[in-house]
Amino acid sequence: MYDFEYAAPSAVDKAVETLRDDEDALFLAGGMSLIPILKQRLAMPTTIVDLGRIETLKGITRSGDFLTIGAMTPHAVVAASTEVQRAIPALAKLAGGIGDPHVRNRGTIGGSLAQNDPAADYPAAVLGIGATVITDRREIAADDYFVELMETALEPGELITAVRFPLPEAAGYQRFDNPASRFPIVAVMVAKTAAGARVAVTGAGEKVFRVAAMESALDADFTPGALAVIDVPAEGLNRDIHGTPEYRAHLVGVLARRAVAAACETMGKEAAR
Amino acid sequence: MKFGIGEAVRRKEDQRLLVGRGRYTDDINLDGQAHAVFLRSPYAHAEIVSIDASMAAEAPGVIAVLTAAEAKADGIGDLPSLLEIKALDGIPMAHPKRPVLCRDRVRFVGDLVAVVVAESAAQAQDAVEMIMVDYEDLPAAVDTATVLDADAPVVWPEAGSNLCVQWENQAAAAVEPIFASAHRVIEVELTNKRLIANPMEPRAAIAEHDADTGVSTLYCPSQGANRVQQMLVKHAFQTTPDKIRVISPDTGGGFGVRSKGNPELVLLIWAARRLGRPVKWLADRAETNYVDNHGRDNVTRAKMALDAESRVQALWVDNIAAAGAYLSDYGLFPTIHVAHRTTGTCYRIPALYHSIRVAFSNTTPIDAYRGAARPEAAFVMESLMEKAGRETGLGPVEIRRRNLLSGADMPFLSAPGLTIDSGDPLGALETAMERAQWAGFEERRRLSEARGLRRGIGIGCFLEVSGGAPKELGRIQVAKDGRVQAFVGTFDYGQGHGTVFGQLISQTLGVDFDAIDFHDGSDTAVVDFGAGSSASRSAHMGGMALLRACQAVIEKGRKIAAHSLQQDPAAITFDGGEFRAPTGAHMSLAEVAKAADDPDHLPDGLETGLDERVIYDRGAKSHTYPNGCHIAEVEVDPETGKVVIANYTAVDDNGLLLNPMIVHGQSMGGIVQGLGQALIEHTVYDETGQLLTASFFDYGMPRAEDVPPMNLVDRPTLCTTNELGVKGAGESGTCGAPPAIVNAVVDALKDDGLTQLEMPLTPNRLWQAIRDAKAASAA
Repeated sequence: MYDFEYAAPSAVDKAVETLRDDEDALFLAGGMSLIPILKQRLAMPTTIVDLGRIETLKGITRSGDFLTIGAMTPHAVVAASTEVQRAIPALAKLAGGIGDPHVRNRGTIGGSLAQNDPAADYPAAVLGIGATVITDRREIAADDYFVELMETALEPGELITAVRFPLPEAAGYQRFDNPASRFPIVAVMVAKTAAGARVAVTGAGEKVFRVAAMESALDADFTPGALAVIDVPAEGLNRDIHGTPEYRAHLVGVLARRAVAAACETMGKEAAR
Repeated sequence: MKFGIGEAVRRKEDQRLLVGRGRYTDDINLDGQAHAVFLRSPYAHAEIVSIDASMAAEAPGVIAVLTAAEAKADGIGDLPSLLEIKALDGIPMAHPKRPVLCRDRVRFVGDLVAVVVAESAAQAQDAVEMIMVDYEDLPAAVDTATVLDADAPVVWPEAGSNLCVQWENQAAAAVEPIFASAHRVIEVELTNKRLIANPMEPRAAIAEHDADTGVSTLYCPSQGANRVQQMLVKHAFQTTPDKIRVISPDTGGGFGVRSKGNPELVLLIWAARRLGRPVKWLADRAETNYVDNHGRDNVTRAKMALDAESRVQALWVDNIAAAGAYLSDYGLFPTIHVAHRTTGTCYRIPALYHSIRVAFSNTTPIDAYRGAARPEAAFVMESLMEKAGRETGLGPVEIRRRNLLSGADMPFLSAPGLTIDSGDPLGALETAMERAQWAGFEERRRLSEARGLRRGIGIGCFLEVSGGAPKELGRIQVAKDGRVQAFVGTFDYGQGHGTVFGQLISQTLGVDFDAIDFHDGSDTAVVDFGAGSSASRSAHMGGMALLRACQAVIEKGRKIAAHSLQQDPAAITFDGGEFRAPTGAHMSLAEVAKAADDPDHLPDGLETGLDERVIYDRGAKSHTYPNGCHIAEVEVDPETGKVVIANYTAVDDNGLLLNPMIVHGQSMGGIVQGLGQALIEHTVYDETGQLLTASFFDYGMPRAEDVPPMNLVDRPTLCTTNELGVKGAGESGTCGAPPAIVNAVVDALKDDGLTQLEMPLTPNRLWQAIRDAKAASAA
């Protein structure tokens, strides 16, 4: 780790101000990505702006058909929230499956989205459910947010303050673990929303992406069987020692069908209630 | 007897460790200490054209930058293999020694180029980044299967090729005709992939030097301080043992890789001597994974000749074993000797041909990793048996029944020439089948199929050769108050030796478990001899050494008691801590110890004190032979290739169990590491020799969620070559689990046309294998 200055402001405007004045300063959310990067000397920030004391960035609120999660809300809080479990059970499940208990108690939704790791879980939720990323200066639709590998639509010094999820009619999330890192090799979020079905895939490509062919098939028939004949092309998907592009493409199909089945199961439960 | 032999006494070590009162090497800080960081080669193979350390030497906080030039000037010796192996034709092996800092060439990623010592570790790290090294990159020899090819880059030009040595058991002429006339020949080609041991504690050390006495003291994790001291004294510094004291505080796991006198340790002592200050080093996980010796990495072709009744007539094994870039101190011991002695495992093998070609490559050196050639031998035999069962139509059980050794065969002279004293591998198979409910498997398979899953069951039989170095120290001192000091040269790096040996001593001497203070091979100034803990030797060798020391104490005590009680020593009995005369007069051990302190109470010729030191020598060939049969039952998701172990049954013959709870802990740990090898772990280099799996991000390790419930079944037969009846117990799981799990997965996928699978059975590889088999059957 190289030396850096440390600041821990208690308000968003103070945090943003620091980065406006110093382009080599960095926000620190839960630190689950940044701290290892610093330890390996892969980054040399001038100042670390710790967001942990900004209370307005924390918490979960339900308002009508929307669920808003503060950017500094840890995964464990999202997973354990009865509000989230009731409104979007697939989102609670996703949060409860990230990393391990240490990561879930430190890592935050805002940090995950700012990092935009190609194998992170939260991008699948945001894109798959069609959420909106709220920052200190604007709102960014999920479809516009994820730009490329580790790149987002955030401007320099722009701070995520919250994420607003519309409540889907049903959603299902399925992940398949990398045997080493236990990040997903592939994970799929499927949602039946007011604006139609959405299928978002993480882990497989350089960034989270939607599968249009699956979405239109699900619009016609929201069942696992509707996806049976849809093959995702392997071209352009990630290759590493744990998964070939072909394997990842295959897993997208398997996990999407299982996610639809999981979503249908929650609809069944709703109906039974 | 609550604390006696055979009781599941709870570990007295745990409380201290679990509440964070352990004292590991990095917990030690010495006055005035400086910090070392090593500059390591980023290339697998390169010439060093030049090193410019001038900027680093001027950096803030830097005390010294040391390279090979300074090491040469100070006469620091190169590190050799401590074994010499001769090839069949008598020519010596290629024996390049390892310089502690590279002189003109680097040979693996992580090879040592320079060491920076600074006031803080961060300053040392800053300075390391300022050292300018001009490398000329060379092609690297990486893949064990091809490093002996004529066109492979050569790691040691003076050796002429990458062949270190080809060892053979000189039986080709005897075995070839058997294969020529065999009813059937079963052949397999397989690999045991390279593994990284990953003790929980990373590499760490701290050295200090006392200029007045000339004594250097090194603190580091180890598997016995004497083992580490040996390399430092004899080879690096060419001095006497009293000048280098090695202390191992608590050590967080060993698995074979912590028993080494590594070059980093030499460099720290040297730096402390040169600079007159203590020098400390702590590696992170990645550095640890680059430079801890790796394990396994064998490519094997094997065949087995069967007669008309499918009984084995001969076995032929040809093995290429990676050595890595340098020969580790005793790395050739498992690679050659353990590998050969274990070949054929628990089967009746009338004739054996065995060839081992040890091959250099531009990779991290290879040495013992838990199991150390025993798992490889078991995997070869179980793969052959599985295939033989299939090709003969007898199936996996009947082929083994026809060939397994049973209790009636014991003692048995094995094909590698060892006398297996005891054991009943056939009985272990029958027990394992019963306990694994083999008979009900087809019904369970049907239920899995109904859920879209493939279910399989597999057998892993094994027999190990355990014991390691044949001599061990035991010393027992009894104080006047009856308190016992016990010394032994084995070393506890997590096993609970104080508990187990406490039980043994408590029972033998009739003293309270809590009245025994235990001192093991953690400090060369306290225990001056010992071979440490490896090769599952502690209960056997340490146990016997302590038993003999206890017996010596009793013998001396008998003479003293006889003298005091005015009896003939032969008439004195010892039981429950009391020396007793036929008259009924008696003396406690403490009373005898008190008498022993006073020359007036001693018979002529006896020295004062009740303090007996023995070196137990079991004889080089008197190993122990732990054996057993493990059965794994798995479910495979054919859509994803994911394997889940549904049931696991382990029937083990570890001889007498001094403490069954601790032995079961060993079994479980070994099984988990075995399932790691079978399903997850794989050290991957790219073709340029870059290690792709240096962190847990890429190197998969088993986690709690991967570990199945285990049905551990003790089926001991007592070892006849030591009085305790104990056998090794540390490595059985690593032998049984890989074949049991792989054979179970092959069984699960037999209808998909799969017959052999290469470890690790990761989901992607398994999915690919299923797909390839499907494509092949469609073609």
